[in-house]
Amino acid sequence: MSRRVTIDPVTRIEGHLRVDVEVDGDKVKKAWASGQMWRGAENILIGRDPRDAWAITQRICGVCTTVHALASVRSVENALQLELPVNAQYIRNVIILAHAVHDHIVHFYHLLALDWVDVTSALKADPAKAASLAESLSSWSGNSKAEFSKVKERLSGFVGTGPLGIFTNGYWGHPAMKLPPEISPIAVTHYLQALEVQRHANKVVSILGGKTPHIENVVVGSVANALAVHSQAVLTVERLLAVKDWIDRLADFVKNVYLIDVAVVGGSYPEWTQIGRGIVDYISVPDIPVDGRNTEFALAGGHIAGADLASFKQIKMHDDAYFKDGVSESVKHSWYEGGKGPLHPYKRETRPQYTDFKDDGKYSWLKSPAFYDKPMQVGPLPRALAVVAAGHKPTIEHATQKDQELPVRRADHLERCTAQREGRAWRR
Amino acid sequence: MRVVLLGVGNILLSDEGLGVRAVERLPLAFSLPPEVAVIDGGPCGMELLEDLEGIDALIMVDAIRSGEPAGTPIRLTGEALPVFFRTRLSPHQVGLSDVLASLELLGKSPRHISILGLQPESLALGMDLSRAVEDRMPTLIGMVVSELALLGLAAPRTGRRGG
Repeated sequence: MSRRVTIDPVTRIEGHLRVDVEVDGDKVKKAWASGQMWRGAENILIGRDPRDAWAITQRICGVCTTVHALASVRSVENALQLELPVNAQYIRNVIILAHAVHDHIVHFYHLLALDWVDVTSALKADPAKAASLAESLSSWSGNSKAEFSKVKERLSGFVGTGPLGIFTNGYWGHPAMKLPPEISPIAVTHYLQALEVQRHANKVVSILGGKTPHIENVVVGSVANALAVHSQAVLTVERLLAVKDWIDRLADFVKNVYLIDVAVVGGSYPEWTQIGRGIVDYISVPDIPVDGRNTEFALAGGHIAGADLASFKQIKMHDDAYFKDGVSESVKHSWYEGGKGPLHPYKRETRPQYTDFKDDGKYSWLKSPAFYDKPMQVGPLPRALAVVAAGHKPTIEHATQKDQELPVRRADHLERCTAQREGRAWRR
Repeated sequence: MRVVLLGVGNILLSDEGLGVRAVERLPLAFSLPPEVAVIDGGPCGMELLEDLEGIDALIMVDAIRSGEPAGTPIRLTGEALPVFFRTRLSPHQVGLSDVLASLELLGKSPRHISILGLQPESLALGMDLSRAVEDRMPTLIGMVVSELALLGLAAPRTGRRGG
């Protein structure tokens, strides 16, 4: 007898996702992922001035506004074959990267960590023990006994009592939460410190982007950042130095806190790397352009087939034929009129046709993109793998580092992250 | 005294953006005192943390689903607030409830929070408000001005059009 489980909405994401699974015994037999929110920004843009497109497009989402603004303006520039001033690219790059760092910090600590860290067990832990462990892991200045005691005190008054309690719905005490108790206070303390630190990234975006949320400095072909030595209204040397200072502080936190916490928490839940294998064909496009014509990039992109790094085929530019010709979108299972089969994005149509949830027909507002007719995984893992496959030394070094001296089991990054692992786990 | 007037919502989904539209229009028709910072929050969340830190009052303007007829003005304060966030009367997914909870955790919550809004009619794709909501926008803006008056802040009419 199979039964159906519906999770709606899936939380910790923006945009209302529903997932249905049909379970037989302890095996998932069928699954559906359904985007429940109609957006259709492309239809809103029809008939509007392309110079305004980015400002409208960035309103789609509450999490990745900046990314949409810049992707949109780049599309217009690509259509017009514009060359940008290199400084404009740099300013946009700093904005994109600050936004990316912000996203990683907030996502890991504030959206996800409480699924892995038992806050109530942090209350029982000894701050001195936690401090001695934390100090052995990193030289971060916020790892002292005094800091952990302060947080413990603050938490005691908070757990379960706050009217908006971020902690009221946790699965506290659940046996699946198996982070060692001495690590919990470290994680919770870093959760709070991350709230302070994420602001630095937001400040970088707001100084360079003119405003946040929703940056305002973008123009087709460049950015509108006035530079001056004296005026407070524009980018002064003082402000640029402040930006640099915030970047330095972010780097300190990412290096000495975030990366270590990811490894430590990940290392405590190794079995989760074996559960729920996703798509192991990866694709990413190059980003962080360092010239005006988008021909050179600081971050490589490319296609990795079947979880095999050796299959890496680099995508050198956005206009690369291998990339451009390979992308298509299908609306077979999506609430749009269709019938012409998968279409290239340049030829796609967006005419809504809602049918309710049909298991074997249309059940989602999301279209199904494919690369040479195969579904791909996109996002941070494909990006990191492409950068490794392209031979970026610092990333390789980080991804392969093993640190046997750590007193807690620390995940071997490459083991955790790479395609080989996922492939092996699947075949087992 | 520091007050933030925060308009939230997605302006691409017609009435969903009524909060943003209200805080855009209000300063055209009323002269706001320097204590009040107006923020167009759009559909955002954590980016707003710093702006809301340690302020005396937060007046949030948003589309509020309450089962009333479209355009019905709604004011939520006190015990109605957690209910608003828990039951997601608002269509936003990730966001402000997390920001407010985080502020509480940091001990930097606004001392006073109120949410003002209208029952939306349409959340369809489009950048214009529905007729029912458009008609009640002056009421909503008037409610914001009254809310400021409750805090002891006067916002006289500018005499310009709008609102």
